[in-house]
Amino acid sequence: MADLYRENILEHYQNPSNFGTIDAPDITYEDTNPLCGDRIRIDLRIADGKIAEIKFSGRGCAISQASASILTELVDGEDLDAVRELSAQDILDELAIPISPARVKCALLGLKVLKAGAYGITDWPETE
Amino acid sequence: MTHQTQSQHTFDSERVRADFPILGRTARGKRLAYLDSAASTQKPQQVIDAINSFYSESNANVHRGVYELSERSTELYDQARGTIARLINAPDKRQCIFVRNTTEAINLVANSWGRENLKAGDTIVLTMLEHHSNIVPWQVIAQQVGAKIEYVDIDDAGRLRMDQFREILGTGSVKVVAVTQVSNTLGTITPLKEITSLAHQAGAIVVADAAQSVPHMQVDVQNLNVDFLAFSGHKMVGPMGIGVLYGRRDLLEAMPPYQTGGSMIREVHLDHTTWADLPEKFEAGTPSVADAVGIAVAADYLSEIGFAGIREHEITLTNYALGQLREIPGMTLFGPDGEDRAGVVSFLIDGAHPHDIASILDGEGVAVRAGHHCAQPLMRRLDVTATARASFYIYNTEEDVDQLVSAVETVNSIFGRRAS
Ligand SMILES: Cc1ncc(COP(=O)(O)O)c(C=O)c1O
Repeated sequence: MADLYRENILEHYQNPSNFGTIDAPDITYEDTNPLCGDRIRIDLRIADGKIAEIKFSGRGCAISQASASILTELVDGEDLDAVRELSAQDILDELAIPISPARVKCALLGLKVLKAGAYGITDWPETE
Repeated sequence: MTHQTQSQHTFDSERVRADFPILGRTARGKRLAYLDSAASTQKPQQVIDAINSFYSESNANVHRGVYELSERSTELYDQARGTIARLINAPDKRQCIFVRNTTEAINLVANSWGRENLKAGDTIVLTMLEHHSNIVPWQVIAQQVGAKIEYVDIDDAGRLRMDQFREILGTGSVKVVAVTQVSNTLGTITPLKEITSLAHQAGAIVVADAAQSVPHMQVDVQNLNVDFLAFSGHKMVGPMGIGVLYGRRDLLEAMPPYQTGGSMIREVHLDHTTWADLPEKFEAGTPSVADAVGIAVAADYLSEIGFAGIREHEITLTNYALGQLREIPGMTLFGPDGEDRAGVVSFLIDGAHPHDIASILDGEGVAVRAGHHCAQPLMRRLDVTATARASFYIYNTEEDVDQLVSAVETVNSIFGRRAS
């Protein structure tokens, strides 16, 4: 299990990047993982079609919180259209830990919230 | 194997373990410590064999054929009902309706008895300890008929606030009290007999959710004087897909059917139908005969071991676990301390989410549940989103507890000491 809770994951869990909220965000969205009640909210400020600022807040397990933290680092400053292409696999690759089927939704909650808020895509990101 | 020579004082969990083939396997490459029996129990070879031999030797539909196999199958189905009636001391086996599980049993009561007997202004009493299965069916019927729901709160230890229960009964509008006998989350054993007596004095009936009690203690429906009682086979070493609803005879006889179709009719005409007698009136369609045989073998298996011994074993293990877990830094333990606690231990560790706890435990071969335990109102009442829960049964040993405790220490070494 040391595998799942690598230093990197714990670091993001205990000291998350971009944690907080944005006053008067251009986009805000919040959702929960129905399985465990984990909750993530993502706020975005958009300028010139790019993500000028991103913040997340919420509470949940180390996987969901670390994954959201990593996601915000990944997309901060990026083109909104490019972010649309981000896949479930991209996030799992970025986490680089063995995620069991029972925990996949924890890992993808952040991406789901981002896509729902930015593009109105409310389905869970597909994994192969 | 037979437990006939065992007295309560020589309860031997190693001998019990030998009956459960699945306990011999590993989990994530480690010894399996199965501590999720509150969700579903493992099955002894005797139950597995009974189902297998039903399909190999006796399978046919019931109540239909005049041929030998159908007669055999019908006989086994009736015998299974008799065994279940003896298990809970039902006055008549026709008062035991086979259903799929506890959830279906409660839905049957809420829909059939509820629709016939509840009206606008009536009160349904539930408690903060209830599983969603004993909340949602009542909410739906309450909405349909305009009845109101009151919840009996718990105290800080997780016991029902009986003072508040008395107060609610005092309003005079209570028609039904639906209450769990054992909380699947806190392990609280509720004073069901007292609840029944108070409810009856107030003119209300009592529906007992016995999903977590029948597998672990002697449940006597006549002594408890309950009006309905529901439980599931899969939580008492029996198969999944079968459960039981016990009901008071006069109530069952006055109730309309829940589902309709084949097997539950007396006469069908083009424009109307008359119902079969109990229990068939409530068993529409082909029943799961193999699973009925399985639950009966499970009931006999538990009875042979003896419920006094089972209870004593669970108390010993629970106390052994609580004693060690209490010493772990950052540990929060839920549920009452005392005689009124079953073998269920919900806990939290500072800085670690229950799902992370369960994942780390899983890596050590320890199977526990993490989440809301289908009791979201209780989670909110406790002001938590989830807990981790270990639950004990006949095949668990101190070795399982030691494995749990050591895995919990691993959780602490990963999450606890990193306070930054
Ligand atoms: C107290 C309680 N009631 C009801 C149920 C529902 O049982 P089933 O899923 O077998 O219908 C459970 C099982 O999770 C339970 O623990």
